[in-house]
Amino acid sequence: MTELNKLTIAEAREGLRKKQFSATELTESFLAAIQVGNDGLNAYVLPTPEVALAQAKESDRRLKAGGARPLEGLPLGNKDLFCTNGVRTTACSNILGDFKPAYESTVGANLWNAGAVMLGKLNCDEFAMGSSNETSAFGPVVSPWRRKGEDGTLKPDKLVPGGSSGGSSAAVAADLCLAATGTDTGGSIRQPAALTGTVGMKPTYGRCSRWGIVAFASSLDQAGPVAKTVRDAAALLKAMASYDPKDSTSVDAPVPDYEAALSKGIKGLRVGVPKEYRVEGMSKEAEELWSRGVDWLKAAGATIHDISLPHTKYALPAYYIVAPAEASSNLARYDGVRYGRRVPGKDVIDTYENTRAAGFGQEVRRRVLIGTYVLSAGYYDAYYLKAQKVRSLIKNDFDQAWNSVDVVLTPTTPEPAFAFGEKLGDPIAMYLEDIFTVTVNMAGLPGISVPAGLSGQGTPLGLQLIGKPFDEATLFRAALAIEDAAGRFPPPHRWWEAGGEKAPASKAGKKAGPKKKSGGKEK
Amino acid sequence: MQVDEATVWRIARLARIKITEAEAKSLKTELSGILNWVEQLDEVDTSSVEPLTRVVPIELRQREDKVTDGEIADEIVKNAPMIEDHYFVVPKVVE
Repeated sequence: MTELNKLTIAEAREGLRKKQFSATELTESFLAAIQVGNDGLNAYVLPTPEVALAQAKESDRRLKAGGARPLEGLPLGNKDLFCTNGVRTTACSNILGDFKPAYESTVGANLWNAGAVMLGKLNCDEFAMGSSNETSAFGPVVSPWRRKGEDGTLKPDKLVPGGSSGGSSAAVAADLCLAATGTDTGGSIRQPAALTGTVGMKPTYGRCSRWGIVAFASSLDQAGPVAKTVRDAAALLKAMASYDPKDSTSVDAPVPDYEAALSKGIKGLRVGVPKEYRVEGMSKEAEELWSRGVDWLKAAGATIHDISLPHTKYALPAYYIVAPAEASSNLARYDGVRYGRRVPGKDVIDTYENTRAAGFGQEVRRRVLIGTYVLSAGYYDAYYLKAQKVRSLIKNDFDQAWNSVDVVLTPTTPEPAFAFGEKLGDPIAMYLEDIFTVTVNMAGLPGISVPAGLSGQGTPLGLQLIGKPFDEATLFRAALAIEDAAGRFPPPHRWWEAGGEKAPASKAGKKAGPKKKSGGKEK
Repeated sequence: MQVDEATVWRIARLARIKITEAEAKSLKTELSGILNWVEQLDEVDTSSVEPLTRVVPIELRQREDKVTDGEIADEIVKNAPMIEDHYFVVPKVVE
């Protein structure tokens, strides 16, 4: 029973029901894998073995007595953006210090009420602002993937797992949890999923409650699953999604059985291929994979249609007005008065300024300042209002497309995973990581990334499917057709299992607090 | 749009983030770079477009006007860096 952590949700669920192993045994196998592998990967910022074993014990009781819940005894990782009752929650920022919420996020509560087991809190970019997990106050997450040299040997360079849900994607790819929660504001679930060979689903805005999730950009944020397979992601979303009166944007609509829908196949499904996604700088590999995806869907019975989404290129610049504007407003609450760190000053304003200078990392400060600028007197119409109008145009493009197609197929990212530091010096190069994913958030639509192949250097690439509002079920069906054709992509060399290897700049480590000093170096 | 250094200082003050001279200089370049890049939105004619205010057409719900929560002062101040009884303590605001 040493390989229990390599199971999928579907396999583990069956094993538990058939009493081939207990929830406690399953949980212990993950805790052991975290113990060995996390030093090298830095995926968890806080493992919670006591919580996990207590939940597993209750699951074993229910599995024995009958009355098992849908996710009974299944161990998951929880992104550190989700508030956890009595368990430190930091959004991977120094400014929250040792903040221990007195409440559980609605999505988290839904999962634990469905019987799932929480293994710990997962690393992410600070306040989910980043595409490489390099802005975390706990240090970067290391991807379980390595590039392959021309002679077939692995290169030593550390690759990023994507971001912001980089701890989620790395932990799932490295079998340090069955699946994980993530959040997606501009691509933060789908891009890390693509870079690690995992499945990531961003649901329709309003499908999952945002209550109890540390807010980044409230009109764009959505929670969703990162999982090993499409079926696992479908099972997880069913439990995560709910109507929640505590989130005024949560939508009161029944949650379908996504897993049951998978068996329907995609015969007759109309798939749109948008010409505007053939951007300059897209790797040849991504482009080829895209054509292969078209062929796979066609072979499974879908019809392919060329479509146009003319405002695509404006989504990213509009996003970099809307998201920082909303972030600057949301992050105003971190003032060193009610929670988190305080750096004293000579008066109250000086205290605010010292606290926020020391508590926020470089990228967060940059975005708060951009947001403050675009919302400042005299600029609101030129920036925020303009961006929200462009957003209407982006949404209209999709509304037009839905007249002729059911889903849209695109690459998830223009390129495979990059190495540490490669894009840190140039904010716009990093922002371009989200070029294919951000339109989906701007229009509030659901999107899924599914692993589809490997680059020439042996690292994963993903395809993205975009759907109509609340039509996640169709996305899961189409994603399954790709998964069936492409197969699954586990990392071939499990170097982290040897232990001993330390992730860089992760002194803050698991149980200690975040680093005391503020984040990145100034240029 | 070129941001000058005086604007950086003004914005940092509005955002309540203390910055150094060196940071002000690098932020001037970074913020100008980002604002120049988003200026491509000016190509888009939005004169007859309504701003998007919600991505899913839902009505904001109303609920009965009654207390549904409360009596949790201990929990509310539990994470504060400095408290006295159930009050948050801050440096003197008024002389």
